Amino acid sequence: MALSGVEIFKLLPKTNCKKCGHPTCLAFAMKLAQRQASLDSCPDVSEEAKKILGEASAPPVRPITFGAGDKAVKMGEETVLFRHDKKFVNPCAFAVEVKDTLSEAEISSLCEQVVSSEIDRVGQKLRIDSIMITNASGDAAKLEAAAKIVAAKAPAVPVIINTGNPQAAEAAIKIFAGKRPVLYGADASNAEAMTAIAKNNKAILGVVANGLDELVTLTEKVKGLGVEDMVIDSGARKAKDIIEHNTLIRRAAVKKNFKPLGYPVINFMQREDSLHEMLLAGIGIAKYASIIVLSSIEKWKNLVLFTLRQNIYTDPQVPMQVEQKIYTIGEPKPESPFLITTNFSLTYFIVSGEIENSKVPCRLAVMDCEGLSVLTAWAAGKFTASKIAQFITESGIEKEIATKELILPGYVAILSGSIEDKLPGWKVTVGPREANALPAFLKTRVA
Amino acid sequence: MAFTPTKETYAGKVYPVTIGTGDSAVAFGGENVLPFHSFEGTTPNKPLIAFEIQDVPPSDWPENVQKAFEGISDDPVKWAKYCQNELKAKAIALRLVGTHPDRENRSPEDAVKTVKDVLAAVNVPLIILGSNHAEKDTSILVAVAEAAKDRNCIIGKAQEANYKTIAAAAMANNHKLIAMSELDINLSKQLNILISQMGFDKERVITDPMCSALGYGLEYTYSVMERIRLAALTQNDVTMQQPLLGDVGMYVWKVKETTASEADLPQWGSAEERGIAWEAETATALLIAGAELLIMRHPRAVGVVEKIIEELI
Repeated sequence: MALSGVEIFKLLPKTNCKKCGHPTCLAFAMKLAQRQASLDSCPDVSEEAKKILGEASAPPVRPITFGAGDKAVKMGEETVLFRHDKKFVNPCAFAVEVKDTLSEAEISSLCEQVVSSEIDRVGQKLRIDSIMITNASGDAAKLEAAAKIVAAKAPAVPVIINTGNPQAAEAAIKIFAGKRPVLYGADASNAEAMTAIAKNNKAILGVVANGLDELVTLTEKVKGLGVEDMVIDSGARKAKDIIEHNTLIRRAAVKKNFKPLGYPVINFMQREDSLHEMLLAGIGIAKYASIIVLSSIEKWKNLVLFTLRQNIYTDPQVPMQVEQKIYTIGEPKPESPFLITTNFSLTYFIVSGEIENSKVPCRLAVMDCEGLSVLTAWAAGKFTASKIAQFITESGIEKEIATKELILPGYVAILSGSIEDKLPGWKVTVGPREANALPAFLKTRVA
Repeated sequence: MAFTPTKETYAGKVYPVTIGTGDSAVAFGGENVLPFHSFEGTTPNKPLIAFEIQDVPPSDWPENVQKAFEGISDDPVKWAKYCQNELKAKAIALRLVGTHPDRENRSPEDAVKTVKDVLAAVNVPLIILGSNHAEKDTSILVAVAEAAKDRNCIIGKAQEANYKTIAAAAMANNHKLIAMSELDINLSKQLNILISQMGFDKERVITDPMCSALGYGLEYTYSVMERIRLAALTQNDVTMQQPLLGDVGMYVWKVKETTASEADLPQWGSAEERGIAWEAETATALLIAGAELLIMRHPRAVGVVEKIIEELI
C-alpha cells in the first residue's frame, strides 16, 4: 500500500529548507503522496528514507518498456481496477503468434500483415504491436531461422521469443540485441538458465506457472536471480480462469501493493474460431491484460480490437475529441445542407452517423469546443455566436456553397439571431434538438 | 511464498427475473458477484440473449444482417417461428418499430394483432418493445400489454416522459418492465425510484442505461453499467439491483463499421465478418460490464457470444 503524506513526512529531514521548491517538508510530503513530486527534489534525504520511499512510491504494476524505437510499447503502471476511477494507463499490446513450423513464405506474409496493420482512428494510430515467435518445432535451429525472417521482414516490431528451451532461446534472442524483446517460457524447471539469458541480453522475461501460488514463487525466484522486468502468465487459458486470475493479480498489486504479482500480464487467446478468439481478446482488453497473443490478425478483427482497446483506455475525465474542420458526408453539391456541431467525438459520431443514415449529402462543420457536447459547450461559453461566426468566416466555406445557410443544433436555437448579426448575408436555420431527428429533417429539406 | 488472494464479499445481489410461462420460462440475474466472478460468489443464471424481430420488414437494417433472415422477415410470425425453431432462441424481442409516426405509423390495433399472432405462434418468452417515440409508445404499449396479459412478457421501454402509463399497463397485466434512461447512473436510479413509488415491484424492473455501439460511446455504457453493478453489490443499493439490458443490435447495425462495404473501405476487411464481429464484441463488452439481458440481431453474433458465455461460467 502506498504511504500517506504523514508517513512520508516522518522520513523527511524536517528542516523546511525549501530547497525542493515547497514551503515545508510536510507540504512536500503531501505532494509526494499524491505522486505530484519526485523525491529527487530533496537534496538532504537519507539513503534509508530513499529506499523505503522508493519502494512505496513505485507504481503497483511495474512499468516496463517492451521493444525499442518508435514502435516500443509501454506496459504496466496501472493503478486501478475500474476505468471510471481513473484512466487505465498503458493500452495492452496485441501480438500475433508465428510458429517456427511455418514456411518462410507464411512467416513473411504474417510479418507483412503486422507491418501494414496500422489504422488511424479518431487521431490515434493503432496497430498490431508485436510478433511472438514460437518454438513449436522444438528445434533450436528452426526457431533461429524463423527469428531471422521476422527480424528481416518486420525489423521495428517488438518481438516475443516463445520457448522453454534455453539453448533455442539463446540462439534466437541474439538476433534482437538492443531491441528489448520478451523471452517467454521461464518456468519452475528452467528458471535459472532462462533468467541468465534474459539478464545477459537485456530482455524482459516472460514467466509461466500453473496457478497463482506457483507464479508468486517463480517471480520471487527470478527477482532473486537479478531480473525484475517480467511479464507474467498464471497459465489461465479459459475465459473464466483468465478473468479470475487477472482480477486477483490486479487486486493484489493495486490494493495490497503485493510486489510478486506487480507485473504486466500476458494472456494467450488463440482459438480455432477467429470470432471466438476476438471475444476472448476483448475480455483481456477489459480485464487487465498487458499483452494479448492472437493466432490471426484479419483486418476486420483488428479494427474491432483496436476500437475496443481505444474505448476502454479512454480517459474517463477527458472527452475524446475530433479535429476541427468541415467534414463532407456523401458527395455534397454546392446547394447541399450545411450543418454545425461541436467536436466532442460522441457528438460528431452520432450526428455524422444520422446524416449518413439520411442519405442526404451534407457538409458538417465541427467546431473545436475542447471536446464538449453542444449544450455543455454553449453553457461553458465555447459555442457562442461570435466564435461560431469567426469559425465559419475563417473556414472559407462561403466559396464552396450556393446558399449561405447554416443549420444550427436545436438546443442552441437561442443563438440564431446573434449569429445572423455577426455573419452578414447568412441565414441561420434551427435544426432538431436530437440527432435522431436529423434524417426526417434533412429529407424534408431536399424533397 | 504463499499467496492469499483478496476475495471480496458483496453485501447486495442482483434481483433474479423470470420471464415467460411453463417450460419455456427463463431466468436471468440473481448473482451476488461482479460479472463472471464465480470464484467469490454465486451466479445462478446465465445471461440471456433475445433475438430481435420487428413488426415490419427490416428494410432499414444493413444488408449483411438483413440477409440472415431473407425470405423470413417479411412476416413477424414466420420470423418469430424461425428464431424459436431453427435458431433455438431462448427469448424473442419484438420491436414495434412500424408504429413510429415517421415510419409506417401503424395503429395500436395493428400492433395488438401482431403481438397476438406472434404469441400464438411461439412459446419462448417475448420482449415487446415500442418504437422509442415517447408519446406514441404510451398508446401502443398499453394496448399490447393488455393483449399479452399473463404471458409474463417484458414491456418497454418506459422513459421519464412516459413511465407512468407504461408501468401501470405492465403492472395491470403481470409483465416485467424495462426502465430506460440516457447514460447517467443518477437518472437511472431516479427512474427506478419513481417507478417503484407507483407501487410497481422493483424486482420486476429491468434497467436499460442506454446502449452504445463499439467505437460510438461504448465506454460510457460500459462504465455506467459497471458503476450500477458496483452500487448494487458493494453498497447494497436496492434501487440499483435490477438486471441490466444491453439493446445491442439496434445500436450496432447502423454505424459505419457495420454498413460500409469492403470495396469502399478495403483496409477494414470483410464487411460481413466486420458487422457480425462488431455486434458480438459490443455484446461481450457489456456482459463483462454487467449486462444480464441482451437483444441482438445476427444469428452468428448470437452464436459466438453464447459460446463465450459458456466459457465464462
